Amino acid sequence: MSDATPSAMPRWMDGTGASADIVLSSRVRLARNLEGVPFPHLLDQRQATEVLAATRKAALELNKFGFLGTVRFVPLAEVTPVERQVLVEEHLISPAQAKDVQYKAVILSQAEEVSIMVNEEDHLRIQCLLPGLQLQEAWALASRVDDALEQAMTFAFSESRGYLTACPTNVGTGLRASVMMHLPALVLTNQAARALNSVGQLGLTVRGLYGEGTEAIGNIFQISNQITLGRAEGEIIDHLSAVVAKIIDHERQAAAALLREARDQVEDKVSRALGILSNARIMTSDEAIRLLSDVRLGVNMGILTKVPLKAANELLIMTRPAYLQRLAGRELSPFERDLQRAALIRTKLGVRQTA
Amino acid sequence: MLCDECKKRPATFHMTKVVNNEKTELHLCEQCAREKGEIQFSMEPDFSIHQLLAGLLNYGGEAGVQPALEKDVVCGVCGSTYDEFARTGRLGCSHCYEEFEDQLEPIIRRVHGASTHTGKVPKRGARSLMVKREVQSIRNQLQAAIAHEDFELAAKLRDQIKAMEKGQE
Ligand SMILES: [Zn+2]
Ligand SMILES: [Zn+2]
Repeated sequence: MSDATPSAMPRWMDGTGASADIVLSSRVRLARNLEGVPFPHLLDQRQATEVLAATRKAALELNKFGFLGTVRFVPLAEVTPVERQVLVEEHLISPAQAKDVQYKAVILSQAEEVSIMVNEEDHLRIQCLLPGLQLQEAWALASRVDDALEQAMTFAFSESRGYLTACPTNVGTGLRASVMMHLPALVLTNQAARALNSVGQLGLTVRGLYGEGTEAIGNIFQISNQITLGRAEGEIIDHLSAVVAKIIDHERQAAAALLREARDQVEDKVSRALGILSNARIMTSDEAIRLLSDVRLGVNMGILTKVPLKAANELLIMTRPAYLQRLAGRELSPFERDLQRAALIRTKLGVRQTA
Repeated sequence: MLCDECKKRPATFHMTKVVNNEKTELHLCEQCAREKGEIQFSMEPDFSIHQLLAGLLNYGGEAGVQPALEKDVVCGVCGSTYDEFARTGRLGCSHCYEEFEDQLEPIIRRVHGASTHTGKVPKRGARSLMVKREVQSIRNQLQAAIAHEDFELAAKLRDQIKAMEKGQE
């Protein structure tokens, strides 16, 4: 392997932002549609091509505002399937956007904190993805992009229903805000279900990143708003932020309790995880996520002092199948991936390769 | 969408497998995904919300829940029908919101607990809508003032509304 670290990782993985020990990322997405044009699933070839052309033009005009750096317009039909999958793994496009790509595109800001999906379920989906707990910042940035795009195009809007979307679950603000949280101490102390169930009753939804409920692999959960209509964007963001702050508190209390009452067991668990990651030669993605979660817990508790949080965050993405294949420069069989994954983790954790 | 594997539980995982240069996509429920081993790192909060809507509309046309329309409504702009929306959860164009207003109203209320937008407004046309919202809010205060027999305040609010509506013309 020539270089384990690709030049550019999206900014959201850099381990900064408020409460970055617990909150991996904050995302705000705005759904927008062009006035007078059917929604993407009904477009004929000519109309779909016109939407692409109009958004390409609007994307170029974003450059003149400067706050997004140099903006790239990427027609998804022009990149390889592996590259498209990497964009999914980096959370820059949705899995649906990587399918049937003929008339689809993504607009990326220079630091990739803004990605605009073109012709997904709606004509435009403006996404802002920032590290740590930065919902207000993500909303402010998304809204600024929305304002800038509005200078080049007219969005479908109704006074009573707000921004009109292909699916009525998004109508109104078109806003979906979500926070990705790592909650290992709540899971270890069997409190995750209780802490998260209450969230469901507050008009928010919880998803395990790799599973559901308390069995989320890697103890990663995503909390997002369900209601998009009848509340202003600021209210939605404030409500979600307040709930997330409570969960952060719970997680911190659970971590403190663990240190107080089971320090030896926790030290053993996280040290073993680091030991396996540093030495294994074959590593499945499932095992990698579970062990990386333990290592992250050890870093946050101050037990593992030599692993930077940023490395643990980046490995969560870099050990995904498409990412590994991009690093290798070719398609890999599942077994080859397991070998590559183990090697990449050792390199990234600073373990010297044995000859 | 049902799980490709067991065809029983709803699919919550979307996996992409590349075997011998063949790309296959799998939609699995949580249980089957775990049994299969390799799980795609997917972060689509919209998915569960779509399922909520699917539950309300009962897509797939299972008998009973979905209120049968005597005559299907058709959007005059895009040509899609309410029936298509009920099956797919997607409207054809922004005009469909007006065409299917009566049918959509209860669904929107169920999903959002509200039916009127109070958030951001496009810069274009923003001013007139902002004034309208302001007037509505003063009207509510006026009602309250009358209810409390505070006629002095009511007169003041009435003048305010008049002035704002005049400014609009
Ligand atoms: Zn299944
Ligand atoms: Zn229509």
